[in-house]
Amino acid sequence: MLLIECPWCGPREEPEFHYGGQAHVARPADPAALSDAEWAEYVFMRDNTKGPFAERWCHSAGCRRWFNVLRDTVSHRVLAVYRMGEAPPEGPR
Amino acid sequence: MARYSVWSLARNALSYHRDWPRQWRSPELGSAYDVVIVGGGGHGLATAYYLAKEHGVTNVAVLEKGWLGGGNTGRNTTIVRSNYLWDESAAIYELALKLWEGLSRDLNYNVMLSQRGVLNLAHSLGDVRAGRRRAEANRLNGVDSEWLDTAGVARVCPILNTSTSLRYPVMGSTWQPRGGTARHDAVAWGYARAADARGVDIIQNCEVTGIRRDSGGAVAGVETTRGLIGTKKVALAAAGHTSVLAAMADVRLPIQSHPLQALVSEPIKPVLDQVVMSGAIHVYVSQSDKGELVIGAGIDSYNSYAQRGSFHVLEHQMASIVELFPIFARLRMMRTWAGIVDTCPDASPIVSKTPVPGLYINGGWGTGGFKSTPGSGVVFAHTIAKDAPHPINAPFSLDRFTTGALIDEHGAAAVAH
Repeated sequence: MLLIECPWCGPREEPEFHYGGQAHVARPADPAALSDAEWAEYVFMRDNTKGPFAERWCHSAGCRRWFNVLRDTVSHRVLAVYRMGEAPPEGPR
Repeated sequence: MARYSVWSLARNALSYHRDWPRQWRSPELGSAYDVVIVGGGGHGLATAYYLAKEHGVTNVAVLEKGWLGGGNTGRNTTIVRSNYLWDESAAIYELALKLWEGLSRDLNYNVMLSQRGVLNLAHSLGDVRAGRRRAEANRLNGVDSEWLDTAGVARVCPILNTSTSLRYPVMGSTWQPRGGTARHDAVAWGYARAADARGVDIIQNCEVTGIRRDSGGAVAGVETTRGLIGTKKVALAAAGHTSVLAAMADVRLPIQSHPLQALVSEPIKPVLDQVVMSGAIHVYVSQSDKGELVIGAGIDSYNSYAQRGSFHVLEHQMASIVELFPIFARLRMMRTWAGIVDTCPDASPIVSKTPVPGLYINGGWGTGGFKSTPGSGVVFAHTIAKDAPHPINAPFSLDRFTTGALIDEHGAAAVAH
């Protein structure tokens, strides 16, 4: 089970959270101008990184706020936690 | 290949079974092949076998980074069925089930198919409607499937708790009598032996580290931990790591890798003679020939390549099994493990050509790849040999995520794929 540090509530166990998949997927600026392939990329295609992966979690049984986690998908180690709108922390990946 | 029969068994008994030949060779890795298959599990080995048997393509290497059948082929809960909702899915899974029914004879290897029947329980009015619809759709597609009411479920599986006091009472079930289980290791070994006998080179402990392409972008070879191999056709059948391998050729996929956990109980006398699955309360169970209950549930929510998952998922699974089968409450669980499954947004696989000439993908089976092993091998071998999809896997193309022609099998797959 993961121990995740919510940026507002502190460390809590995984069942309090809900997973939201890859972080930093930007909504298209001009949706009407997108081709089918661009829509496929936005709607379906996602990174499936083996190693450090920036992802979203929601503290659904706590403060109910979304935030970002940088987590290694091989070791499950949480490398960083940062708020929505912030850039992933620099440093060795 | 030494044929297995009652006579060969008797003959070898005379020499105390010390002279059986090895089931397959351990050949040296060649420098070039017509086709290189990445992944020595059931799907990869089945593909190699049908390439050799149906298309005469025998200059084939199957590369496995670990040992044969040590990935998801050895980690699944061995359930075989074909009661999927949509025509496309019914076609591919029913092709597989028909092949399962003759597989032991075809391979001369006992895959221990046990057609004990599969129940997919319904616990709400929504489940009942979806289940009845699926059973009727199955019958239109020639798949044996019927709807049982609660009394019917109790007749088929007397130890199941069908009282109305359950939080999620059993309100009925679909029932596929031809579904059941098969011995998962034997499937890998049987295909390996049969493919090897037709000249396929099976190379274990050989990990692919890169895919070489020529100036036109087409596949030219693969880099491995044991050297470079020249080939114009690379076929990926490495569930869990499909995205990692495809990225070596710059192909983007809609696949996410998740852990899927399973566990077995201590062995007990025969008590459960069907496969019982419940998508709504997250559990499925069957009893192995050794007597262990083999139990699985849903995936862990997060992306992972770690082959392990979180404990609370197993706890939830145990709570569900005890609710449905109070008789199991005092059983001890012996082992747990996890495999890494590739999940697709529509819970259907990708068996397809790719934008890269010479690169073929067989992945995204999610939690349900094992049951499709023979069918997947046939259509993938066809796709590779002809450089064009078989009519049965044409709908399972990578393009469907661009065209929007998805095959949404969350109803038939969901938790209990």
